[in-house]
Amino acid sequence: MGHDRSAVNDFAIKIGTVNGTGSASANGLLLQALFRMGIPVSGKNVFPSNIQGLPTWYEIRVNKDGYTARSPDFQLIVAMNPQSLARDIAEVQGGGWLLYDSSKEIEDELRRDDVTFLGIPLARMCTERFDRARERVLMKNIGYVGALSALLDIDMQVVRGMLEEKFSHKPALIDSNFVAINMGAEYAREHWSCPLPIRLQTMDATKDCVMVTGNAATALGCVYAGATVGAWYPITPATSVMDGFKEWCERFRVDKEGGRNRYCILQAEDELAAAGMVIGAGWAGARAFTPTSGPGIDLMSEFIGLAYYAEVPSVFIDVQRTGPSTGMPTRTQQGDLLLTAYASHGDTKHIALYPANPKECFEFAVQSFDLAERFQTPVFLVSDLDIGMNDWMIPRLEWDDAYRPDRGKVLSAEELEQVRSFSRYLDVDGDHIPYRTLPGVHPRGAYFTRGSGHDKYGKYTEDSEAYLEVVDRLAAKIQSAAAHVPAPQVHVANGGSPIGMISIGGCHWAVLEARDELARGGMDVDYLRVRGFPFSDEIARFLDVHETVFVIEQNRDAQLLTMLSQETGCPRDKLVSVRYYGGQPLSKGHVLDGVRPVLAHAVAEAAS
Amino acid sequence: MTYIAKPVARHPRMKVNALGLTPRDYEGTMSTLCAGCGHDSVTSALIQAFYELDIEPHRVAKLSGIGCSSKTPAYFIREAHGFNSVHGRMPSIAAGANAANQDLLYVGISGDGDSLSIGLGQLCHAIRRNVNMLYVLENNGVYGLTKGQFSASADVGTRSKGGEINRHGPIDPVNLALSLGATFVARSFSGDKRQLVPILKAGMRHKGFAFVDVISPCVTFNDHKGSTKSYAHTRAHMHEVVETDFVPLRREITAEYGEGATRSVTMHDGSAVRFNKVDADYDPTDRGAVLEHLRQVRNRGEVATGLLYLEETGEDMHAFENTVEGPLVDLPYDVLCPGSAALAELQKEWW
Repeated sequence: MGHDRSAVNDFAIKIGTVNGTGSASANGLLLQALFRMGIPVSGKNVFPSNIQGLPTWYEIRVNKDGYTARSPDFQLIVAMNPQSLARDIAEVQGGGWLLYDSSKEIEDELRRDDVTFLGIPLARMCTERFDRARERVLMKNIGYVGALSALLDIDMQVVRGMLEEKFSHKPALIDSNFVAINMGAEYAREHWSCPLPIRLQTMDATKDCVMVTGNAATALGCVYAGATVGAWYPITPATSVMDGFKEWCERFRVDKEGGRNRYCILQAEDELAAAGMVIGAGWAGARAFTPTSGPGIDLMSEFIGLAYYAEVPSVFIDVQRTGPSTGMPTRTQQGDLLLTAYASHGDTKHIALYPANPKECFEFAVQSFDLAERFQTPVFLVSDLDIGMNDWMIPRLEWDDAYRPDRGKVLSAEELEQVRSFSRYLDVDGDHIPYRTLPGVHPRGAYFTRGSGHDKYGKYTEDSEAYLEVVDRLAAKIQSAAAHVPAPQVHVANGGSPIGMISIGGCHWAVLEARDELARGGMDVDYLRVRGFPFSDEIARFLDVHETVFVIEQNRDAQLLTMLSQETGCPRDKLVSVRYYGGQPLSKGHVLDGVRPVLAHAVAEAAS
Repeated sequence: MTYIAKPVARHPRMKVNALGLTPRDYEGTMSTLCAGCGHDSVTSALIQAFYELDIEPHRVAKLSGIGCSSKTPAYFIREAHGFNSVHGRMPSIAAGANAANQDLLYVGISGDGDSLSIGLGQLCHAIRRNVNMLYVLENNGVYGLTKGQFSASADVGTRSKGGEINRHGPIDPVNLALSLGATFVARSFSGDKRQLVPILKAGMRHKGFAFVDVISPCVTFNDHKGSTKSYAHTRAHMHEVVETDFVPLRREITAEYGEGATRSVTMHDGSAVRFNKVDADYDPTDRGAVLEHLRQVRNRGEVATGLLYLEETGEDMHAFENTVEGPLVDLPYDVLCPGSAALAELQKEWW
């Protein structure tokens, strides 16, 4: 061992349990307690595609410097599931600790000399302490939270306060939970030297923050954007977007007098229908959206082409999961970058926004509707399972009450009364965006929406020139959105570096951490995070001024790199691909492993 | 060239409806379907129904999928918004549009390929959802635009133009709609405007999904001997089980009804449907009895027609979803956005 095992507010732990046993709420309690102690923290739920009985893990990282990307270096593992015990023991970092349920002792061959084994007979203690079967299972989870409270020095007042809030409607549960917490904590204090060298200390780094999932924030963004129609088909990891939308709508959108809804959520028969509903609602003038994942985008692709060509505003939320095919539905990936950018047959290209955390999910969701209506086209909000389903610490969300939706170029009845004639696809203003009318508003606004060939007047055509005029305008229209999608976020090293890194979405946090580590090692690297598509000029410039650019993303086939190369004309040989696509959120190590070998060489070359 | 504008010419003494419009005002572009196509007769029946119901042209939304039938929304009401969507997916477009604006009259036109093969799922779920719309299935048993393949409504033993015999059992859209709980189910024949027009009018006034299966022969690919969807076969085997008259709200109900008039159903808007029974004891409001009666007619090799089933519950998609009165698109933004204070309050739960 030899090395210093102590670390205050700087370690990662992992908790292995059986899914469906209530451990999620115990883990949530733990995460929230650390957050309320003012310590930067993140929680990653590693769960199976299953209802009950399979191994599931929860990873918590605390970091006083605010690095909350996933860390796979677990100093402490809580092993509550015999099914995953061997694996959990193997995964503890050398010099670390294993907290396990010693109601059944661990076989000797599984033991490691470089790990401290902390056995607590939780199952037995719960059987003695609690009467009902369900309570015995649930309180075992609360019991390990109690043991961790002592081992890590969690503020018991904070835990007590949280239990009181959580069970304010059932005071009996406050007591039984606290009995279990104390049971675990007392056992720990009696048997081991508490706290461990890895421990917590109250900080003041989270007071302006909240803890929320990306999907909840996306859903809230849809409410604030004024979306009234949501259509969907259940799919992991996007389902909680519609759950959230429903929850917020029930709170904010029910007419107080009549108890009727100012929204309409349609659970479709499949993703094809969900896309059709969104397009129908968008055509009729509502702000409409559908949350889905890659397999859903596959099914929606025909409709997406229709909305692109017929120019119908529509918002598609893709919470990406691991593909191809059914893939690993409960693991994360950025495998739909190409799919969403170019979905559907024929020549199509779509506006896409790439949030990196729940704060951006909220903000970009609102912006997606503005862009969809301004540019009269499908817009993709491209999130992923890690952002969407895990709890993230983010700065508190803000809202500008002066905001009004950008409905784009929609002609009112009064305006239609003034015009001599209306043609749906005519570029009147020279900005590639035609005027739109809504059904039922005015007879003069009537036109025939179609996915078949049409001319600029909206009439059916099979004429080459008339066809080209429309599709070429569409290309120019989408390209013009590049200046309106969220601008890239650029971090320039002091004095600038000839070496750059580009990443996207949830990669951001691991890249930032890796970049700081590189800088501490004397290697300064500039960094740009792509936040929207089509790519703005700033992205092309960044590629242009750097001699080597690492493109860091979470898919096998370097999709972002392909898009950058294709869309900007950047020489392929200056781009170095760094990829991780195993289904876990990106870690600093993935970035460093990919960058370091090439970087030393590139720095030397740049200097010469 | 498949788009031909139709000149708007009208006789100065042509009759006008309550809105001062003539039937011509409910026409669209010139049809590009084959001469004699049943679909053009359906279009003409629709135009008459719109005209007679005094419907404001721009308050209609006409939708379709893909196929010969789906071209027809271009041929009526030029002042209505139209949406020719993708193959078999019109019901979802209609559901979404209706969710956004429930105050328009939605008229969907589909065919047997569009509704019973590629779009079967969407049709079924639109019925389950009871989307408030008139849904006309122009049924000719054949794929026209792709030149004569059998569709899912082709009867066993029917012979294609090329001599092929169909061996796959048909999907009977009326049976399907009834078994899925549709609240308005009719079958008619494009060649029988007397029967079709009142059914279409009742369908337009029905609150919920009004399903009308119209046998509409394809003169080019399925009007020969050996076809069970030809004009001759349909005329010979059509059996009107119930005769329907539609009585609009504004018309005083003074008409004399013969002894056959056994039942009247009041529609959601106050207008009425009168059933003159043709088959003894036929009850168009008893779903189970209707299914059984239709089975017997089918077993005799006949095609049952008429407004076969009607249930005026008023429980459409919006009732299921408990939405507010009026179009969601008309809700002002300030009632939709909770605002900054609510956001601050809400986030206390995220601490």
